[in-house]
Amino acid sequence: MEQKVSLFVPCFVDQLLPEVAVDTVKVLRRIGYAVDFPEDQTCCGQPAFNTGYWNEARPCAEHFVQAFKHADVIVCPSGSCATMVRTFYPALLTTSSLREDAIAVASRTFELSEFLVKVAAVTQVGASFPHSVTYHASCHGLRELHLRDEPLQLLREVDGLKLIEMARSEECCGFGGTFAAKFADISAAMGNSKAESVAATGAEFVTAIDPSCLLHLQGILGKRHAAARTIHLASILARDGAAQERP
Amino acid sequence: MSTTAAQRFLRDAAEKSADLVHRDLIRRGMESYDAAHLAGRARIKDWEAARQKCQEIKREAINHLDRYLLQFEEKVIARGGHVFWAADSEEACTYVKNLATRLGVRTVVKSKSMVTEEIHLSPALEKVGIKVWETDFGEYIVQLRDEPPYHIVTPAMHLNRGQIAKLFREKVDPKIDSDDPAYLMGAARRKLRQAFFAAEMGISGANFLVADAGVIAISTNEGNGRLCTSVPRIHVVVTGIEKVIPRLEDLAVLWPVLATSGTGQGITTYSTLIGGPRQPGEVDGPEEFHVVLVDNGRSQLLADPEQREVLHCIRCGACLNICPVFRHVGGHTYGTTYPGPIGSVLTPHLAGIKEFKHLSYASSLCGACTSVCPVKIDLHHHLLQNRRNATEAGATKSSERLMFRAWRSIMLHPRMYALGGWSMRNALRIIYGLGLAGSILDPMRVWNRHRSPVPLPSESFRARWRKGLGAN
Repeated sequence: MEQKVSLFVPCFVDQLLPEVAVDTVKVLRRIGYAVDFPEDQTCCGQPAFNTGYWNEARPCAEHFVQAFKHADVIVCPSGSCATMVRTFYPALLTTSSLREDAIAVASRTFELSEFLVKVAAVTQVGASFPHSVTYHASCHGLRELHLRDEPLQLLREVDGLKLIEMARSEECCGFGGTFAAKFADISAAMGNSKAESVAATGAEFVTAIDPSCLLHLQGILGKRHAAARTIHLASILARDGAAQERP
Repeated sequence: MSTTAAQRFLRDAAEKSADLVHRDLIRRGMESYDAAHLAGRARIKDWEAARQKCQEIKREAINHLDRYLLQFEEKVIARGGHVFWAADSEEACTYVKNLATRLGVRTVVKSKSMVTEEIHLSPALEKVGIKVWETDFGEYIVQLRDEPPYHIVTPAMHLNRGQIAKLFREKVDPKIDSDDPAYLMGAARRKLRQAFFAAEMGISGANFLVADAGVIAISTNEGNGRLCTSVPRIHVVVTGIEKVIPRLEDLAVLWPVLATSGTGQGITTYSTLIGGPRQPGEVDGPEEFHVVLVDNGRSQLLADPEQREVLHCIRCGACLNICPVFRHVGGHTYGTTYPGPIGSVLTPHLAGIKEFKHLSYASSLCGACTSVCPVKIDLHHHLLQNRRNATEAGATKSSERLMFRAWRSIMLHPRMYALGGWSMRNALRIIYGLGLAGSILDPMRVWNRHRSPVPLPSESFRARWRKGLGAN
């Protein structure tokens, strides 16, 4: 029987970057998984949680747990949103009636590269992407989920892809959720430093496992009229030789 | 209306983060630190085990602070020293001021101490006519500039040697004609030697208070610390109550870990243990030895089991050095004694959550600080807890509170959420179609000030899923 994964699509991916989720579906299906999208899901609650509004975040987290409690395994193309569920739900819902479910859901939630490498044990997903790419290590994936090498293992197996390391690849890009609005100048300065690191590699694309970093960087790079473009890891992995060049 | 700390922070952050000369100067400094830090860590056989050990030592000390402080006090008193427990800055400053006045002190030499910065000791002494000399080279420089330390370990790292040479020409000796570091240090040394021999009182901090031995432990690199604590006839130690550690042997790991995290050194040039005034039969050392144990809000933090571990901090500066926010806004922008991640965690506790909560928000929560902390303080998660405490104390804006309540209502109803998303995308399309991006009508104008507009796809993922993508 075909194994099934349930897709957790972050709200801003759903609304602003739907192709990241579409590409996630493609990759998962290509390696033999059936994909389910629980349509009751909305936002995991991270914006409220990170801004200190835990009382507002809690019902959203409970809503999420209800939507996913019957899922066998949950895959999310965002290290940050996966972190919200995995790292913070158990503490946030510690006094909730859904505490047990929250702990179970948290333990079954994986970021995409983590799921592919650690759970599905696949690094070769049959992708082809004949371009130069530099990798930005998104903070939550790196320091909350401890994913340092998994995305790179996947990228190294992509046919035709030339990986170029950037300076300070593990330094934050400056997005930080509401930080980008509350401290717009600092966020932009950090983004511009990252854009300089990207430019110095000469790579055509900058990739990451977090679409929020990429949304921010896309805006920063756009404002600078930079040559490099952003692309999510899922979108690289979704390209096979047959697919047309999209970006 | 006077400007608040938050407004000042925003203004200074905007200015500093746009200052590329500043950014590159700090980045160069930090990158040489990074290299030294990495090499230093590689010298320790098992860095993670060393961090773990340091965390355990500090946890034991903080959990039994009462016992260890009393043990320390008893030993110091037995050797003829004095211990004063200061509840706050004012008590601490008054004690030192009265002591100095009573003993006829006119000149004080200080070695580096962040606690004396925290309690504003130097201005208090200067107010009663006492001349205070900072004798750490970096501290001496910032004192001449009449500004606070930029960084807790490297106070003058924001200045290049040209700026320092110019400052010395103006304030130390008009004949200064070179910006060679050794030459400038020589000029400072000649000046400070006179101060060391004139001073009646030396004031130092302490990196650790060792309970079982009843001694203070100081790590320094310049030798000024030893002069401050041994030449003047009175030695006053001003330190925080959280600096106590249980045993002398704990220094075997804490000293190298502090040095490695602070500067990348295996151990600092001078590692000094001092346990009291000159004893009968000894040929040197101060006649009087006083330890001022400063609380100043620390007990309150101790009472909070969730955040107590913030008191583990050994002030190494590693979290400042790695912090991308610090690297862009610099130390002075924080406007606090302790800048960087530890300052953003600690200051709302020591100086008030209402006035300093903005610092807990001034972080992308990247967690780089936590990854390097040698005593494993969960720094970025404490920022989250500070934020929660701020909202629960009602210290955040009511408009923001209302916004998150509305946001919650929407997120609990998938259809409202989908409709809201659709409406937002289409509204933005119209606004941008009319060329109004960045205008007052653009709800994303803050975003668009520094970035090109977000993509606005015609369909959400869930719409595409329903239209056929969902068929496996």
